[in-house]
Amino acid sequence: MSTEFQTSKPIYSQIADRIVQQFVRGELLPGEKLPSVREMAIQSGVNPNTIQRTYGELERLGVVETKRGQGTFMTEKNEMIQKMRTDIQQEIIQAFIQNMRQIGLSDEEIHHSVHECLKGGGAS
Amino acid sequence: MITLDNVTKQYGRKKSLDGLTYTFECGKVYGILGPNGSGKSTMMKAIAGLVYPTEGKVLIEGKPVSRNIARNLAFLSTEGMLYKSFRVEQMIQFFKSQYADFSKDKAEELLAFMELDRRQRVSELSKGQQGRLKLLLVLARKTDILLLDEPFVGLDPMVRDTIVKSLVSFIDFGKQTVIITTHEITEIEPILEEALLLEQGKITASCNVEQVREEQGLSVLEWLKTNVHRGALA
Repeated sequence: MSTEFQTSKPIYSQIADRIVQQFVRGELLPGEKLPSVREMAIQSGVNPNTIQRTYGELERLGVVETKRGQGTFMTEKNEMIQKMRTDIQQEIIQAFIQNMRQIGLSDEEIHHSVHECLKGGGAS
Repeated sequence: MITLDNVTKQYGRKKSLDGLTYTFECGKVYGILGPNGSGKSTMMKAIAGLVYPTEGKVLIEGKPVSRNIARNLAFLSTEGMLYKSFRVEQMIQFFKSQYADFSKDKAEELLAFMELDRRQRVSELSKGQQGRLKLLLVLARKTDILLLDEPFVGLDPMVRDTIVKSLVSFIDFGKQTVIITTHEITEIEPILEEALLLEQGKITASCNVEQVREEQGLSVLEWLKTNVHRGALA
């Protein structure tokens, strides 16, 4: 099945996000070869031009490297991997805090509820 | 390049196309959206050389379109493509006999992809299988232009998904100019580059799909809803 895409974001950047997430989760390893543009397009059910843009964007960010005639590979640079990890964490935390504030919780209450939740075995 | 220059097609009193002007660039994938009766199929037939404009011109690479254009153009039409008494393999043979650019190898590949049984008769095929067979027949050809008129009509979500996958796998992106008319925009959106809105025989809006998401945060369906004129859907 091709994956669903959110409406609010360009498809190329959603696929880029997905690759970064897979990398951070360890489903993609440092130095691992990514599928070719065409394969990736078929897997995701999107126009190959979109994937071209995804890979271009990831390369610009230093997440992947394109080796001429060989393909596109995930970065092996440690600092880049660390940065991606913290970036994603920050993103999730920011979104969480924003949501909690929207339903009217104070920072203290947010703190408290996270603490309680973790103490009680965390979110399952 | 496909150029429609002030094209009007009149059936009796009704103008199916009304002074339509647009240029389709080579190697791009276009989606034509619009309510029923807005002229989508007429436009496709005009490009395929099956309908002659009452006024205006249709040019492909600068040459006026004629019946001979079929040599370099594959057209999936909503009706009249399949012969009921034929078996799947006979349909394939028939297309092979009619079009020099029809690739038997590609047809075999597509047969497996579409999970069709070559021995089955067209009359025994479900709607979904017929839809897949039609697509097989046009995708097995090597043409500069591919016209798909309502490839999803009447098909369930699973089949629609297979069709999108087959399009990504078998379209020659960057080389083939692909024009798809559809109402099932959500399925097809990830492969489109440009979307056009056709209303009452005219193109009333057009957009670059990724640009609309990036700049307006809209999917094509949402874009369509903000652009379609009230009353046109009646």
